[in-house]
Amino acid sequence: MYTQALNTKETLRPVAPEDMEREARFQARIDAEEKIEPNDWMPEGYRRTLARQISQHAHSEIVGMLPEGNWITRAPTLRRKAALLAKVQDEGGHGLYLYAAAETLGISREEYVEQLLSGRAKYSSIFNYPTLTWADIGAIGWLVDGAAIMNQIPLCRCSYGPYARAMIRICKEESFHQRQGYEIMLTLCRGTPEQKAMAQDALNRWWWPSLMMFGPSDKDSQHSDQSMRWKIKRFSNDELRQKFVDATVPQGLYLGLTFPDPDLKFNEATGHWEFGEIDWSEFKNVIAGNGPCNKQRMKQRRKAHEEGAWVREAALAYAQKRKARREQRAQAA
Amino acid sequence: MTTITVADIPLVQYALRLADNALVLGHRLSEWCGHAPMLEEDIALANIALDLIGQARMLYTYAGEVEGAGRDEDQLAYLRDAPQYRNVLLVEQPNGDFAVTIVRQFLYSAFMLPFWRRMKESKDETLAAIAAKAEKEVAYHLRHSAEWVVRLGDGTDESHRRAQEALDDLWIYTGELFETDDVERALIEAGIAVDPASLREEWSRTVDEVLNEATLTRPADGWMQTGGRSGRHSEHLGYILADLQFLQRAYPGATW
Repeated sequence: MYTQALNTKETLRPVAPEDMEREARFQARIDAEEKIEPNDWMPEGYRRTLARQISQHAHSEIVGMLPEGNWITRAPTLRRKAALLAKVQDEGGHGLYLYAAAETLGISREEYVEQLLSGRAKYSSIFNYPTLTWADIGAIGWLVDGAAIMNQIPLCRCSYGPYARAMIRICKEESFHQRQGYEIMLTLCRGTPEQKAMAQDALNRWWWPSLMMFGPSDKDSQHSDQSMRWKIKRFSNDELRQKFVDATVPQGLYLGLTFPDPDLKFNEATGHWEFGEIDWSEFKNVIAGNGPCNKQRMKQRRKAHEEGAWVREAALAYAQKRKARREQRAQAA
Repeated sequence: MTTITVADIPLVQYALRLADNALVLGHRLSEWCGHAPMLEEDIALANIALDLIGQARMLYTYAGEVEGAGRDEDQLAYLRDAPQYRNVLLVEQPNGDFAVTIVRQFLYSAFMLPFWRRMKESKDETLAAIAAKAEKEVAYHLRHSAEWVVRLGDGTDESHRRAQEALDDLWIYTGELFETDDVERALIEAGIAVDPASLREEWSRTVDEVLNEATLTRPADGWMQTGGRSGRHSEHLGYILADLQFLQRAYPGATW
């Protein structure tokens, strides 16, 4: 999910002549679709871009546990409860192996987490929106995971090996989540009028933020050129957004729901769904920390981290004691 | 649909007790998801919660079948009020800090592992089959929680203090695990239910071993709290059910 990190401009330092040759060889490998592995030489910009991208992706998974976790204790049936809990658990798992992939770039998980908690690192803007009803759980699966898949399937071919491999597994699980979310929506839309209204309300609130997940429009985002050359990113923001809209609108119409966009119409000539202008001021504000839940999400993360400190310290202290005892025994023997 | 009362059939009541234990503890553990001290524990606690909710689902379904009134797992879980819930008080105690959650899990799992092992010999084929699955799951729950009890007990001064406090606070709820009543006695005699008193020695041994390694002090057996089996709960269960049952109560009869 969550490639908004690629929209941040990388400041490149001047390149030394000997590095230019290495960079040319590096680029040739990428052009030949070879995978770059942790111990291979790579330009600092490539390393930094990936570290930021993968860790922000990991942060998004972790923060993303909160809005959905909000409904675990209130899920309406035992089957839904188990499925939602398993889904949120999957996201924790995604976070775990994304942090592991990001660690191969020479930064520890603790440092990455510190970047998140101190506010220096970002996570996907989508998780700063609240989950107000059960239908939001359906809408998140259908729309947010649907948008994530659009972003993530190309990442399975990302030039950086550990990231690409992590994405293959993540995509499989996300696609399951997406179907699960759509099935929740379908059940609601076939249910009582109150349930259908709940589904419509969720679509109204999640549609535009989901479109924003793809980042700024191409005309305002030239920063991804380098990421494209490095084959970290393979499609532009607008290309991916259009793919998502084309795939999603017919699904929504099948549900009998209305999209909150009066400009949405099918263009027979191009075969694409045209949609209205995104409210970029809302997008920028949510990214800047002014979304409905930015503060509470970070507070919750910090609280869990701080309240868990004594547990992590205990685990470490115990491991050290054990090691010392083993060494003592070895010496005595 | 309003609150239901389940038939007074011993086997139904017995299955409900086991199901309620599993659901309520699974619910408690699920509250941790996203808030645990480390990512690995978010995943591990969710795993244990999922096992327990899975056990609850099988047991509710079976209780519904035996009752024969056409009730499914959701009606049994979502439409009974607190006085109809039959779980032991231990599992409904709040999560507290991580030490409380871990000690609660350990005390419960140390009981449930021999319980399910014995239940595999039940003359009731369904309960025996559920036991075969649950035994494997609970073996992991016990290992995971016991390892943490040791880490916390023998970790830092603070973790030791917190683990001891959790143990001292929760001990009063352990007596109830070994109680039997008329419902159970008939089933025990019929070779269907497990006599919990027969598990006390093994439970006690497991607890001693782990507490010893954890450098924690076993509290003395004093007065024990009881009541869950007859529907007299602590104040906490009502809040669990208020969350759990919210949608079913707010939109009666809807399909989800």
